[in-house]
Amino acid sequence: MASVTYDHVVKRYTADLTVVKDFNVEIKDKEFMVLVGPSGCGKSTALRMLAGLEAISEGEIRIGDRVVNNVAAKDRDIAMVFQSYALYPHMSVYDNMAFPLQMQHMKKDDIDKRVKNASRILGLDNFLKRKPRALSGGQRQRVALGRAIVRSPKVFLLDEPLSNLDAKLRGQTRIELQKLHRDLQTTFIYVTHDQVEAMTMGDRIAIMNAGILQQVGTPGDIYDHPANLFVAGFIGSPTMNFVPATVDNGTAKASGLEVKLPKPVSAAKGTLGFRPEAVTDRVVEGGPTMKMKVDVVERLGSDQFLYGQVGADQVTARVDPRMSVQPGDTVQLGLDTRGLHFFDAETEKALI
Amino acid sequence: MTVAVASPTSSTTARFSPRWLSDRLGGLVLHVVVIGLTVAWMVPTIGLLITSFRQSADISNSGWWTALSPPFKFTLDNYSQMFAASNLGQSLFNSFMISIPATIIPVTLAAFAAYAFAWMKFPGRDWIFLALVGLLAVPLQLTFIPVTTEFVKLGLTPQHLTAIGLPPFIPLWLAHAGYGLPFSIYLLSNFFRALPSDLFESAEIDGAGTLTVFFRIVLPLSVPAIASLVIFQFLWVWNDLLVALIYVGGVATVAPVTVTLVNLVGSYGQNYQLLTAAAFFSMIVPLVVFLSLQRYFVRGILAGSVKG
Amino acid sequence: MDFSVLLTDLPTLVVVIIGVPAVLAAYIVGGEYLVRRLPDKARPSVRPWIWVAPALLLVAGFLVAPAIGTLAQSFEDKNGAFIGFQNFAAQLAGFPTGGAWIAIRNNLFWLIFYTLFVLAFGLLLAVLFDRVPYESVVKSLIFMPMAISSVALVVIWKFMYAYQPPGQPQTGTLNFILNTVFHQDPRTWIQDESPLLGLFPLNDMALIGAAVWGIVGFSLVILSAALKGIPGDLLEAARVDGAGEITIFRRVIFPLMMPTVVVVGTTLVIFALKAFDVVYAMTNGNYHTDVLANRMYQLLYNSHDFGGASAVAVILLLTVIPVLIFNLRQFRAVEARR
Repeated sequence: MASVTYDHVVKRYTADLTVVKDFNVEIKDKEFMVLVGPSGCGKSTALRMLAGLEAISEGEIRIGDRVVNNVAAKDRDIAMVFQSYALYPHMSVYDNMAFPLQMQHMKKDDIDKRVKNASRILGLDNFLKRKPRALSGGQRQRVALGRAIVRSPKVFLLDEPLSNLDAKLRGQTRIELQKLHRDLQTTFIYVTHDQVEAMTMGDRIAIMNAGILQQVGTPGDIYDHPANLFVAGFIGSPTMNFVPATVDNGTAKASGLEVKLPKPVSAAKGTLGFRPEAVTDRVVEGGPTMKMKVDVVERLGSDQFLYGQVGADQVTARVDPRMSVQPGDTVQLGLDTRGLHFFDAETEKALI
Repeated sequence: MTVAVASPTSSTTARFSPRWLSDRLGGLVLHVVVIGLTVAWMVPTIGLLITSFRQSADISNSGWWTALSPPFKFTLDNYSQMFAASNLGQSLFNSFMISIPATIIPVTLAAFAAYAFAWMKFPGRDWIFLALVGLLAVPLQLTFIPVTTEFVKLGLTPQHLTAIGLPPFIPLWLAHAGYGLPFSIYLLSNFFRALPSDLFESAEIDGAGTLTVFFRIVLPLSVPAIASLVIFQFLWVWNDLLVALIYVGGVATVAPVTVTLVNLVGSYGQNYQLLTAAAFFSMIVPLVVFLSLQRYFVRGILAGSVKG
Repeated sequence: MDFSVLLTDLPTLVVVIIGVPAVLAAYIVGGEYLVRRLPDKARPSVRPWIWVAPALLLVAGFLVAPAIGTLAQSFEDKNGAFIGFQNFAAQLAGFPTGGAWIAIRNNLFWLIFYTLFVLAFGLLLAVLFDRVPYESVVKSLIFMPMAISSVALVVIWKFMYAYQPPGQPQTGTLNFILNTVFHQDPRTWIQDESPLLGLFPLNDMALIGAAVWGIVGFSLVILSAALKGIPGDLLEAARVDGAGEITIFRRVIFPLMMPTVVVVGTTLVIFALKAFDVVYAMTNGNYHTDVLANRMYQLLYNSHDFGGASAVAVILLLTVIPVLIFNLRQFRAVEARR
């Protein structure tokens, strides 16, 4: 149980290959923090530096008040769950979970108690004698968790632990992990490329791209107030609509849309952003409207998404599922300006 | 698309068409060819096996195949004569004394080195490894003269070692180890490197030290590679003639089975009957080793030699 | 008959079997103990050397240093005086039949035919065996000669090649077949230098044949595993595209197996260049069947011509060098793909 602080952390492999740049985050005690970003963005490297698997080029990492830059991985009081689970294939489930404790020269009885306890929490009691290859993907994943739990570490590190599970199991395990976090009352740091996992599980989310931290915040905060174009595009599915626009006298003009900005911006050019759910078939009196030439209609039962052209731009709309539209139709849609964003053309920072 | 749809119908409806017949014949031809080739491959061995149970007079007068028709006149004479005429007991013992350590030493040392080559960083690592790969192609003959000279200088001759109470096989252990190491390191490094790095990182976080990782994770996971290497090295040493001839050639008390067998060829000339028995006798141990470990064998060599 | 030695000396064997690994384990545990005494910073730079040192020392002592020594010796006479290229000149004199030329010629035959036959047979058997349900049995049977020593192999093949004058009952399997099936006079396979197809001496081919028989299992096992590594849907896709089995082999299977064929091929080339046992035990290099390795051995132990033997060894090394370079390049290419 401890906080984790990244203080101006840099990871550089060669002079011109820097994978993590000036990374600053403070993760609170008992927090569930998700590091999310596209593959190769440096999120795993950031985690592995904390684990002690990669050297820190610059800056420092603290666990609690202790600077761990020069502390060996095994002495950092952390546990890590790997994407591949990294179970020792030649050891039984029991031995896999007992291994880290044996390394600490713990007494046999204590090891037994802890392993039994972890296996009860995770429902692995019937599998203790099996080898990993005789387990299903979900069971293996739980063994990997168990191996972390037995150590009762200060910080749990999870590196894409769900990406090898099928969709249904992934949803189930997401919930179990949250329950586990609540029961263990420990700091969790969770790395994923999947924004759905990030949104559903994280107390807070840290979004990275190209080695740079983009934004840290609660899921709601990040969804509603993305700090820049990258975050806006990364979070949310289907992704936010982006249309290039020019600003003239407080009104943004795009190729097929004109909208009065809710507050003045300093830039003359930029990108207008609005989520699909802001584009609906309910046209508000006096509000901005657009004509969409529909290319594709996606009916999901509860929702209906329209993909089409508005002027020269591609736009996605979420409309009432009962609305009858065919590809090729042209429909009139309204825009809810409460969910409107505007990004600077140069810096890509959010101005609204 | 049409082909995919058409083929199932043609095979179900036209059961007695020429196509069906030719398929059947094709299958039959295949089995005949496969079994024929295999039998042909075994003929030399079978011939020797049968010959080894024939009387010497028959052997020089008629082919082994004549023994397959009555009257049967099989005998164990060759085997009993062979044991009486040569000191095969001694050479069998010598072969074990040579082969077992000359297998253990290079395999163990290669495992140590391969672990370092695969999972540790040190200056010159890749160059040294490349040089080892290059050494695979160096003919052993190139090394015999200097090594023999050096052995004599250092007193590593069977006579001298026996005199000072050490096993006279030490030169052979060391030589076989030196010659076997490049291949062993090459094979094991490739295998070790293919182990998932997550396991090593996980072990590091768990607090396992270098030795623990080596003995409790790397070795148990590398059983196929190590077993196949053990077979390779054991067969190579057990069957070796050249190295033994050169380093302990003249000393009968140290000679392995192969050397004794060659001497039989020399001293008995055309006395086939002894040779046949002796040749069969020399095959027993390698065959037992090979057959008992062969299921690991393929997996192991593939990991080393065929990748990507 | 004296197997009592096995019993009386058994304790020695046991001591050796337990003692040798104990010493090796003690070395690495002791080394690791010492490394842990070192300051933190020094450990990563010292530890690898502890692990590689014994192997590298043995390799240096038995391969690298002696190879260099031989290189030096090939320029010296019997008294160790430098005589330039005289040893080489003596070995390479009298082309095409004097000095080492016969051996060089024969090594070339070995290189071509041994490699080719082993690869071709291995590939053929791998493809054929792949289609029968009793594959593992036939594979083991073909592989079995691998476990036999070359000396035993030679005994086996002396029987295959045995010769009796025409008219007498043949004792050699091949001559029997020649006689009864093809109604031809028996041949002295091992001595007969008459050229096959007007080019290649029969006895050379006979020696190579025996060696091929012994090693085909090796290429069969590896090639057949590579064959199984080819994804089945690739072959099905080719069949759906209307390709015949032979086309599939030529255009799909063979190209995909090429990397493996190259690996096996280079290994075989090295085996061919180092060929010794079969020649030594079958003909001892007589009847113009000599090869470099055997010639070197004869020069060394029969003529005590150290300089000449070294020169032959160096010639052998020179022939291996192209293979070595090829090997290294292959290896680096594979490494680069990792």
